[in-house]
Amino acid sequence: MATATHIDAHAHDDHDHEHHETFITKYIFSLDHKTIAKQFLITGIIWAIIGAGFSAIFRLQLGFPEADLSWLRPLLGKWIQPEGSLDPQFYLALVTMHGTIMVFFVLTAGLSGTFSNFLIPLQIGARDMASGFMNMLSYWFFFLSSVIMFISLFLETGPASGGWVVYPPLSALPQAMDGSGLGMTLWLVAIVFFIVSSLLGGINYITTIINLRTKGMTFSRLPLTIWSFFLTAVIGVLSFPVLFAAALLLVMDRSFGTSFYLSEIYIGGEALPNVGGSPILYQHLFWFLGHPEVYIVLLPALGITSEIIATNSRKPIFGYKAMIISMLGITVLSFVVWAHHMFVSGLSPFLGSIFMFLTLIIAIPSAVKVFNYLTTLWRGNIVFTPAMLFSIGLVSVFISGGITGIFLGNSAIDIQLHDTYFVVAHFHLVMGAASSFGLLAGVYHWFPKMFGRMLDRKLGYIHFWFTFIGIYAVFFPMHYIGIAGFPRRYYSFTNFDAFSGFTDLNAFISVAAILTFFGQFIFLFNFFYSIFRGKKAPLNPWKSNTLEWTTPRVAGHGNWPGEIPTVYRWPYDYSKPGAEEDFIPQTVPFSETMDSNLPHENDMIAIEKEESASEIVVDGAKGH
Amino acid sequence: MFGFYIVLAIFLVLAILLMIFRVSRLISVVKGSDEKSVTGSNNVNAILMVVFLVLFFGLMAWYSFAHFDSYDPPVASDHGIVTDKLFWRTMWITGIVFVITHILLFVFAYKYRYRENHRAEFYPHNNKLELLWTGVPAIVLTWLVISGFAAWSDITSKAPEDAEQIEITGQQFTWLIRYGGMDNEVGDYDYRLIDATNDLGMDFTDKANFDDFNNNSIVLPKGRPVLLKIRAKDVLHSVYMPHMRLKMDAVPGMPTQFWFVPNKTTEEMRIEENNPDFNFELACAEICGTSHFAMRRIVTVLEPEEYDKWKAEQKSWLSKNPDYMSQVPENLKELAVVTAGINE
Repeated sequence: MATATHIDAHAHDDHDHEHHETFITKYIFSLDHKTIAKQFLITGIIWAIIGAGFSAIFRLQLGFPEADLSWLRPLLGKWIQPEGSLDPQFYLALVTMHGTIMVFFVLTAGLSGTFSNFLIPLQIGARDMASGFMNMLSYWFFFLSSVIMFISLFLETGPASGGWVVYPPLSALPQAMDGSGLGMTLWLVAIVFFIVSSLLGGINYITTIINLRTKGMTFSRLPLTIWSFFLTAVIGVLSFPVLFAAALLLVMDRSFGTSFYLSEIYIGGEALPNVGGSPILYQHLFWFLGHPEVYIVLLPALGITSEIIATNSRKPIFGYKAMIISMLGITVLSFVVWAHHMFVSGLSPFLGSIFMFLTLIIAIPSAVKVFNYLTTLWRGNIVFTPAMLFSIGLVSVFISGGITGIFLGNSAIDIQLHDTYFVVAHFHLVMGAASSFGLLAGVYHWFPKMFGRMLDRKLGYIHFWFTFIGIYAVFFPMHYIGIAGFPRRYYSFTNFDAFSGFTDLNAFISVAAILTFFGQFIFLFNFFYSIFRGKKAPLNPWKSNTLEWTTPRVAGHGNWPGEIPTVYRWPYDYSKPGAEEDFIPQTVPFSETMDSNLPHENDMIAIEKEESASEIVVDGAKGH
Repeated sequence: MFGFYIVLAIFLVLAILLMIFRVSRLISVVKGSDEKSVTGSNNVNAILMVVFLVLFFGLMAWYSFAHFDSYDPPVASDHGIVTDKLFWRTMWITGIVFVITHILLFVFAYKYRYRENHRAEFYPHNNKLELLWTGVPAIVLTWLVISGFAAWSDITSKAPEDAEQIEITGQQFTWLIRYGGMDNEVGDYDYRLIDATNDLGMDFTDKANFDDFNNNSIVLPKGRPVLLKIRAKDVLHSVYMPHMRLKMDAVPGMPTQFWFVPNKTTEEMRIEENNPDFNFELACAEICGTSHFAMRRIVTVLEPEEYDKWKAEQKSWLSKNPDYMSQVPENLKELAVVTAGINE
């Protein structure tokens, strides 16, 4: 067997020498999943700065409506009105682009794109994705989509500005607002390319997880990260095509005179010829993706958190199977709750009550996950790495934001709360903050594997506390403003007596939002500094069980220089009684851990032996 | 010049921060603490968890109670009392869950922080616990769903026959308000009939239109059911009356409706709120364009007798715009003259 391994390793070395990678094939049009993951991450970070920066600008308007923003004119030009306030239409454009960028470019591409790409091959024991070429295409379609969206920011008429949901007829009629002109066209084109990118990625993730798992890596031994990426990809593949259809029909309504979403419209002094369409149809199609999309951004964060909390509590994740079942439950239910976004859209009230029922069911698997996290912490031996802090933060914001979902999922209560700041608070906590925390936790945890160096821990701590307190300071007060009935997407509240209060709280939120935004530069500095100057990482810095930590410090193309390791156990054997260390990597066979094996695991030894015996025979035959 | 100083100051501050960072790193290398997997910071973080918990709950409790009146808007409709009750019931239930889970989260994080030579408990699963915390939320949620469903069915049930009919039409960026008139029936419309004067596209072949009248604000009778017939001319809007706990989208091409019973007059609210300028308001809650934030109408609730008197005084749209008599079919002209109250 030794000979065989040697030959294999040698052959692989040769293989490496054959490709003299140029700068272009190594860093730009790379087929390597690790490089593609980093491309997604860096692009996502750039978008996050832009998207969060937009929110800082419109928070200035909301918090300080009287302020003179002339100093922003070098950046925003004519979007600052002559008297120094933000242009109301540009305010809507900022809100729209903030939503679009954050949901699609940062939390879908930046999170799923980064970690699915990076971790799937490394954690299941594969040399690369099933199709490296499709994977590369996936990134470059995303890049193309990004470029188009970015260009739309600089249009004379401004980018799309009908809210990130771009409901027609507002988004379909250029005469309804400037942003529904070319800006909207580019938005649609960009989203179509984005969907292509997502589908190419998703199909690849699914195929890779099903087909390329290493020997012994059964589905019941997959880390929860992989389970979450798998289910995320399934959701994406099933729901993104529906958004594609929605976008396509909108393109046709806009450009080819069809009436899918348009009917009986009188605008700009003329009656349009369109009859028979329904704006509600668009809402159904949009939310058929839009709601699963919430779980597309959330599930990977929950998967990452499961892995990090188990590792740093030095305990197995509590209820591994329950975690998988609840993720499966969330996956299935995520497709049948979409109309809770439409309780007051004119939807049939009966349908509304069905969707209320289904929506509240989805709270159950979510609650199970939270309780399992809490029990994982219980009697742990918790190491607070920055990744662990962000994971605990995620559980906190997930609870805070999830709980308000029970209000909004109840159609009777939703009548008042719909489209108020209560909703804004809800989804920013449960989906925005939770997913961002998952993304940051993932970066802190796997940075050593990505770049072979460590991030500075202290800066990580400062960044976490700054961000955690900041997030709550921004979004918790919004609940009060929402209960008071303040509608979202309002440029100013001065027109209404009912919404004239809370100027102090709004100013507070704005200050908190802007500080939190600037706090992220601590992370950015840490990130880019450590890529080049960070301390060199040990092979397994967090003493983790999963496969990626068995690769060299900087894994080359193909991930493992020699044979791909075989997996013998689940990834959560932390602090097993009787074991020498408080962790047993997945690659350690049960035959080597006689002292810590559970009764049923001793039975596995016989199977292990049989399997390795058959291997030796095969290898022996080869050798001769 | 001032700008230059600001840039210079920022640059210096950043340089100082960078120096502090470099020095602290060198110190940690010298002390060897960056080689350890767990340092003293671990305890600091654990303590901060508890500090955060206390401050977070403290601030939340203080604001929630001290400012209750400023964020709890007064309610002025029958169904609003029901939905408010549901809201606060849900608040209590979820609030308890929120507090307990957060205490567990942060206290566990503190209590089970890393200790040297200590080992975590290997505790991979417990099916009884899983069943418990699947079952209990399921039961509580079922209760919430059923009470929510009951309220929702009542609110969305068919409006009583005698409900006052009021049509609200959204357009960029205003609301058009039309009353059913003496026959309490809002007449037919066709969007192709809209012109500069007939901005609702009233169809005068329908005799229900003859006595319809417009008004700049919404006037409602206290204690009587009111049926809002809602539509939009151009893009989506949403009829939103915060004090009535009422919201319904206005959709072009698809009329929607919402019926409710206002139960406080504007006068009563002025006394209750101790604010002589108080008014109920109608706002738009669905993004509809640049001036989305400015679609305001005043809503006035009157005692039923006052309302009847007010209504009787209103002049029909047709009587104010007698030119449109030409659109009335010959056989209905006589009727139109009488019902519209046109003095010839």
